[in-house]
Amino acid sequence: MANQYAIDVQNISKRYGKQVLALDEISLHVHSGELFGLIGPDGAGKTTLIRILATLLLADSGQASVNGWDVRKDYKKIRSNVGYMPGRFSLYQDLSVEENLHFFATIFGTTIEENYELIREIYVQLEPFRTRKAGQLSGGMKQKLALCCALIHKPLVLFLDEPTTGVDAVSRQEFWEMLQRLRQKGITILVSTPYMDEASLCERVALIQKGRIMSIDTPANIVAGFDKPLLAVRTDNMYRLINDLRQFESTHSAYPFGDYAHLALNGPIWPEAVHAFLADKKHTGIEIKPAKATIEDSFMELMTKS
Amino acid sequence: MKQLLIFIRKETYHIFRDKRTLLILLGMPMVQVLIFGFAITNEITNARIAILDQSKGEMSQDIIQRLVASSYFEIDENLRAVSDIERHFRQGKTKMVVVFPPQLQENLLRSVPTQIQLVADATDPNTATTLINYASAIIGRYLQEQNQGNAPPLEISTDVKMLYNPRLKSVYMFVPGVITIILMLMSAMMTSIAITREKELGTMEVLLVSPLRPSTIVVGKVIPYILLALAMAAIVLLLGAFVFGMPIRGSLLLLMVECVLFVITSLSLGILISTRTETQQVAMLISLMALMLPTILLSGFIFPIESMPKVLQVISNIIPAKWFIIIIKNVMLRGTGFNFIWKETLILLGMALFFIGASIRNFKIRLA
Repeated sequence: MANQYAIDVQNISKRYGKQVLALDEISLHVHSGELFGLIGPDGAGKTTLIRILATLLLADSGQASVNGWDVRKDYKKIRSNVGYMPGRFSLYQDLSVEENLHFFATIFGTTIEENYELIREIYVQLEPFRTRKAGQLSGGMKQKLALCCALIHKPLVLFLDEPTTGVDAVSRQEFWEMLQRLRQKGITILVSTPYMDEASLCERVALIQKGRIMSIDTPANIVAGFDKPLLAVRTDNMYRLINDLRQFESTHSAYPFGDYAHLALNGPIWPEAVHAFLADKKHTGIEIKPAKATIEDSFMELMTKS
Repeated sequence: MKQLLIFIRKETYHIFRDKRTLLILLGMPMVQVLIFGFAITNEITNARIAILDQSKGEMSQDIIQRLVASSYFEIDENLRAVSDIERHFRQGKTKMVVVFPPQLQENLLRSVPTQIQLVADATDPNTATTLINYASAIIGRYLQEQNQGNAPPLEISTDVKMLYNPRLKSVYMFVPGVITIILMLMSAMMTSIAITREKELGTMEVLLVSPLRPSTIVVGKVIPYILLALAMAAIVLLLGAFVFGMPIRGSLLLLMVECVLFVITSLSLGILISTRTETQQVAMLISLMALMLPTILLSGFIFPIESMPKVLQVISNIIPAKWFIIIIKNVMLRGTGFNFIWKETLILLGMALFFIGASIRNFKIRLA
């Protein structure tokens, strides 16, 4: 049973000390060749789960396997066959781009030339900075180099822990395009991110919060599961707006969403009623428009339910 | 094998690209040798003494000349009366007063027992004892020479011969000790931060998720530092030889080989500390504090092991520095060959292997 999934997690729990329950009976599985996203805010347990799968931490209870290998018993097998990119930049800052890549290729018993095809598209962007020290690269370049180093031995499964945190918007988009291409080459990818908008770029996602998985599905299905009518509201006083909207009788939930507040309603959409309510509360510059639900709306919804 | 080589290469890059640390690592032994060398010495030169010459004869003048000629003493003042002695000491000007009795010359020529009084300021007992010893020796030798013509008086005299260090120079004692301590501390410190640095920078995470074996990492971290530590050893030996006139009577090759062995022992001790600590600061503190005191106190560097209580004598056996001091004293001062120090060499080798083995065993293959 377990062997048919690239990653199989069953009832994994992990505590730090007595107080903090980082993972609470988590179960999920990732198909071979899938691009799977772990979506959740900071402190949700994403890093802990990835570290357990990368054999860096031992779970307190539960079973997990990567490519059929048990994370506890067969850790050596896993370490030779997966790529891991930690959340913090973890290459040698005082080594050049080329030296870093050469080092990681060699410790995995391969050469840059042997698997160059896999990293070519990424590496060509780094080529002009070949002799530059890794510590002097920009944030986006660092992540590309780290990805190259994690890929150089042609891993079966790739673990990426928040690869786009602290990276500019353009580099983020490029990074995701790279992941899509890697998926087409048959590599299973487990990626974590706190950015909800990146969820739609995954094939399936797990929404994770406080060590529990709230939902596992395709992004489309998760969004479709949001059944409440939704309005985007905006006034001149956004801070007061959220509190006031929560007073509104048919409000299901109200929370900030970029420049707007998203208002989920229990009844049918009736923007005029909302408008009148806000005007009554002395709001100015009122703007109300229907909104399409996103992963973030589903996430907030699931959070209030649990 | 390829993995080990690339790992060593990586470590070498770390060492040579961090110019400031490299400079400190090579500069510190120099400063330490000079500080230790000039500070730890119980030799006295040009101590100021006063003379109260009541005999005013030829002999007392001869003795005074001898005292001055030894360069240990310098005459500060000639006193006139016994009552001046107390006043003079209170002024703190002199360390010792030599009092010649009125009938010195007559008594000596007639072989009547007579006394020359040495009065020393014993607020600093070590200095006082040393001064008295020096002065007694000089006066004794003079009287012996005077006696040679005449029929020797009936007395037993001891003939002391100091082997290997005839002038009892203290450099001979401290240079081997300083070399040992510096090699030990610097080596242990360098490697103690080597693994913790990777933990702190997060690079340990990626190293762990790779096929690298703990033994490769441990050995790969020790090897590049051997050369660096040897450079330190060379600096310290050269300073010892040229600044403090320390001889190297035995084979230089043997000395260097023993240095390599000791350095490897210390480096592996550092690695062991590194595998047990989480941050560079803690590692550095442990390697400094926990190693420095036992090494200085129990290695026989300053305090002779033979005069320690039994318990400490037993404990001193686990201090690598103790064995190395025995080795280099033998090679440098006695000029002995390997056949006299093979036992100590084997003990050091055993310790090195034990530390490396313990480091590999202790190496954490996971994060927590």
